[in-house]
Amino acid sequence: MTFNGWIQILIFCGIVILLVRPLGGYMTRVFTGERTLLTPLFRPVERGLYRLAGTSETEEQHWTTYAAAMLFFNLAGLLALYLLLRFQGALPLNPAGMAGLPPELAFNTAASFVTNTNWQNYGGETTMSYLSQMAGLNVQNFVSAATGIAIAVALIRAFARRSARTLGNFWVDLTRSILYLLLPICVAGALVLVWQGVPQNLGPYTIATTLEGVQQTIAQGPVASQMMIKHLGTNGGGFFNVNAAHPFENPTALTNLIHMVAIFAIGAALTNVFGRMVGNQKQGWAIFAAMGILFLAGVTLCYWAEASGNPLLHAIGLDGGNMEGKETRFGVTLSALFAVVTTAASCGAVNAMHDSFMALGGMVPMINMMLGEIIIGGVGAGFYGILLFVVVAIFVAGLMVGRTPEYLGKKIEAKEVKMAMLAVLCLPLAMLGFTAIAIVLPTGVASIANAGPHGFSEVLYAYTSATANNGSAFGGLSGNTPWYNITLGLAMLMGRFLVIIPAMAIAGSLVGKKIVPESAGTFPTHGPLFVGLLVGVILVVGGLTFFPALALGPIVEHLAMLAGQSF
Amino acid sequence: MSQSKSASLLDARILVPALGDAFRKLNPRSLARNPVMFVVAVVSALTTILLLRDVATGGANIGFSLQIVLWLWFTVLFANFAEAVAEGRGKAQADSLRRTRSETQAKLLKDDGPDYTTVPGNSLRVGDVVLVEAGDTIPSDGEVIEGVASVNEAAITGESAPVIRESGGDRSAVTGGTQVLSDWIRVRITAAAGSTFIDRMIALVEGAERQKTPNEIALNVLLAGMTLIFVLATVTIPSFTTYAGGAIPVIVLVALFVTLIPTTIGALLSAIGIAGMDRLVRFNVLAMSGRAVEAAGDVDTLLLDKTGTITLGNRQASEFRPVQGVSEQELADAAQLASLSDETPEGRSIVVLAKEKYGIRARDMQSLHATFVPFTAQSRMSGVDVDGTSIRKGAVDAVLKHLGGMPDASRPKADTIREIQAIADAIAKTGGTPLAVARDGRLLGIVYLKDIVKGGIRERFAELRRMGIRTVMITGDNPMTAAAIAAEAGVDDFLAQATPENKLALIREEQAKGKLVAMCGDGTNDAPALAQADVGVAMNTGTVAAREAGNMVDLDSDPTKLIEIVEIGKQLLMTRGALTTFSIANDIAKYFAIIPAMFLAFYPQLGALNIMGLATPQSAILSAIIFNALIIVALIPLSLKGVRYRATGAASVLSRNLLIYGLGGILVPFAGIKLIDMALAAIGLA
Repeated sequence: MTFNGWIQILIFCGIVILLVRPLGGYMTRVFTGERTLLTPLFRPVERGLYRLAGTSETEEQHWTTYAAAMLFFNLAGLLALYLLLRFQGALPLNPAGMAGLPPELAFNTAASFVTNTNWQNYGGETTMSYLSQMAGLNVQNFVSAATGIAIAVALIRAFARRSARTLGNFWVDLTRSILYLLLPICVAGALVLVWQGVPQNLGPYTIATTLEGVQQTIAQGPVASQMMIKHLGTNGGGFFNVNAAHPFENPTALTNLIHMVAIFAIGAALTNVFGRMVGNQKQGWAIFAAMGILFLAGVTLCYWAEASGNPLLHAIGLDGGNMEGKETRFGVTLSALFAVVTTAASCGAVNAMHDSFMALGGMVPMINMMLGEIIIGGVGAGFYGILLFVVVAIFVAGLMVGRTPEYLGKKIEAKEVKMAMLAVLCLPLAMLGFTAIAIVLPTGVASIANAGPHGFSEVLYAYTSATANNGSAFGGLSGNTPWYNITLGLAMLMGRFLVIIPAMAIAGSLVGKKIVPESAGTFPTHGPLFVGLLVGVILVVGGLTFFPALALGPIVEHLAMLAGQSF
Repeated sequence: MSQSKSASLLDARILVPALGDAFRKLNPRSLARNPVMFVVAVVSALTTILLLRDVATGGANIGFSLQIVLWLWFTVLFANFAEAVAEGRGKAQADSLRRTRSETQAKLLKDDGPDYTTVPGNSLRVGDVVLVEAGDTIPSDGEVIEGVASVNEAAITGESAPVIRESGGDRSAVTGGTQVLSDWIRVRITAAAGSTFIDRMIALVEGAERQKTPNEIALNVLLAGMTLIFVLATVTIPSFTTYAGGAIPVIVLVALFVTLIPTTIGALLSAIGIAGMDRLVRFNVLAMSGRAVEAAGDVDTLLLDKTGTITLGNRQASEFRPVQGVSEQELADAAQLASLSDETPEGRSIVVLAKEKYGIRARDMQSLHATFVPFTAQSRMSGVDVDGTSIRKGAVDAVLKHLGGMPDASRPKADTIREIQAIADAIAKTGGTPLAVARDGRLLGIVYLKDIVKGGIRERFAELRRMGIRTVMITGDNPMTAAAIAAEAGVDDFLAQATPENKLALIREEQAKGKLVAMCGDGTNDAPALAQADVGVAMNTGTVAAREAGNMVDLDSDPTKLIEIVEIGKQLLMTRGALTTFSIANDIAKYFAIIPAMFLAFYPQLGALNIMGLATPQSAILSAIIFNALIIVALIPLSLKGVRYRATGAASVLSRNLLIYGLGGILVPFAGIKLIDMALAAIGLA
């Protein structure tokens, strides 16, 4: 680890922290329907959309209606994307002449983009037509992100409102997050990326002759427009197969920084939206602090592992950090930082190959995902995810102050605990359950590239990434088989909707509760004690669940490496 | 709580039967009430079958398997034992109550007439009227409709001093099973056989009707969820190890699973609940439901009656303040004469003060030919007429009104009225009650009745404030007096000139703000407020209506107890939270014991995780499961006594408990497992 490296990491952290308040303030105004700078521009469009959809922005929804609208919208999106991918060969904007996708791959990809996972069992430039990329994948990039934000906002309202029945209107929240939040930032950001050298065109791939006289196909297309939302919406689905390691997706140090900041921006700002809407910004900062501690711990471990490098290589005179699978223009620091950022935030874009990380370095992204993507997390998803842990933490610790546990004046009772446990439970169910099956099925084992614990890690990483809706891959695993296409697709749907529905049920139950006024007997949830408690509960509940699996994967691999054995 | 009572915690009379009950509770139907322990019992049965199979087929490692199976069963038995111990004390109390319920004969009265027929007590129906005479046991709960009697209520209160029960007013309720000592009463029966107060008490202390409280249900959900998570964590291991080229015996997986699931809190959860109710019972408070005890912990606002709770029951005369032209002696003399026949505590205190300060001796009313004019709600005065002079004392406005009705000549002058009012105001401002005294239409002055605030009460309120609880004093006094006493006692707020209606309104108002309200009361007119309050403590001396409306009954009729009730409620919740935290935190050490032991055969590198340096894989697994079982027994005293409660703010309570039960929960098992491992290695069991 170097001083210079830490400076880079701290600059990134500083920018994110500075963004939290202004972006949070702006988002709060958007979702409470107050006037913003962009209102004159988008208000007519917004009104028109409501008229078109036959909804009214004053029409509020009960949690069941809200959740049903969300499910209907996502199901329709899943079907539309599936059909588009199946029949892209017969549709326009296909200069490279890509054929339609086989059913399993189309299902996997559709599930992947609808759930904001963006797991890619295909190579973008060799599989997708421009129409599929733009009208299919990129549309889902926007709406899946907006869905997550809408759910988070609904849950925030459940805490902010007292004795109410409704949580807002899904269609309004969805429309506003796209119009006022995602679109403007993406348009501005895409222009900056174009300035930095990211292509944005609809032309056919360029055939070039290299200096050696070899023919090379240079893939390109509408890249910049997809890059910005891919990170801002924590989608992560690259235009190209190697994702943000590709020089056209991520050409410079500046674009790398923009990508990373975009990944964290909305998730971090949502903590501030929460604080503002419940009337105490400190409440938001406390949650942000818990996320920050877990993030910095991950960065430290990952950066240390990568910077220390491989002792087996040191022994034969190859000094320095682990550079296998990394871009030299990013180096150890920015590759490790990007890996932690992208897995902490459920983005899944990568600028280095996680498969090639040191055992412990690669374990950090895995743990980030196993904890349920709550360290900043996917846009919206991270926030409602961490609130589920808050419910559990408050319930256990709140009892220790001698009162029925309450958070922000709302009593946490059997129903909330039940729903939070259901949501928390679905993570090991899909992550460990599918891994356990895949690892003994011949068809599952056949896709594994490496032997021993490393091969195990590849499968575990895949299901962990899918369930956590992250979408980054450990590599080494040939995922484009019927078995993996279908089971990974199911894991993504479980990890998304089996968390959202309990979270909405909690919102529905909380919004109807009275707010118990704060007193000296109330457990303060904006101080370091609460932050420490939350971090502890997340690590203990998440860590204990996955300890055996981690022991058999990265931990044993690391210990074996120290003993001179590699896989 | 006296020392002798808490020492009875480990009484052999409770422990010995509890051992038997621990086995009796292996009945699947009783185990099914507790999801965590039910799961442990199921896997214990499963491993027992596997063990028998191994014995039959001559499998390897039978000694090790046998030890694991035994400790699994011990885990279940220890949990049952904890519950049985907690129930034991209630049972003992129920038995003594049952003895009082022995068959009684009732004198059933016929149609208002004096004739009665003797019928068995349990044949009485609601509405029947019975005669109870000296020496009789009251056959069932009822209301006195005629007569006064002294009643021995030791059967329910444990207090042997007799109490007075009389018709009308707030002392009209009698309880079946108590005994009339003198005189007679007619009682209208208000409870049918089997549903009397004593029946309910027996059921409550015995825990027969124990229903899970809301918080207990929520905690059970959490524990069941944790159990499911660990099911997933363990059932996936065989498949992972198959890939790694190893195999794990089922018995080891079971050992890992049982040590991971929250057995500690699962085993002690119901004991904690029972013990909480029991602590109340030892305070002579009977909670009608566990829900009420929990609600007590959540209370935000305490409504306390001034009289008896904040101040000593009675106001006492402390000074005579004459108007100009009247001597203190003259005023004292008149006041004493007017009070001689006044049996109220205030009246008596005037006589005492007159004697102590001015040496005025008691006079014989009869020889003076005096007639006593008793206090009535209309006149709000009392007094005496003697030899043509009339002396009146009473509330200042009442006395002035009385004088205003006199012939013009004897009406007091305007400046005297002003003077008397100035004195009265000055007294009211300091929290006292002014009592005007007049003789033959002439205002003499004022008797200063002082409210004595109980010693130490101010500190109690400060404690409550630190706990985040607001205290509101309820009094019938005027606002000025109330404010002065409120300030002296240190309550946060007061409700002056309280009526049942504005008391109810105050509770509703607090509840609308999301607060939980506790109050105590005894009169029938308290019933609506008692029912509305989240925690309503009815005094045992109170009316039937009040007792029905509250969700707790205080057998000692001591309103100060509300504060202890709140503390017991908090302690109950804290104990649950502390043991849950402890239980979950324990898992870290157990992982470090079992994981390396499990995988060592095919991944020897994982031996590096054996940071405790446990002797062998077998001893590591055994030590973990033995620790897991023994910790249940070790924590039984804590779950029965409850974690220590301190009246400080939530933040400091939490950080203290997190340090003890969170950090302690992480560290203790490391030491415990290591010690057990060393012991096992020394005896050569593994």
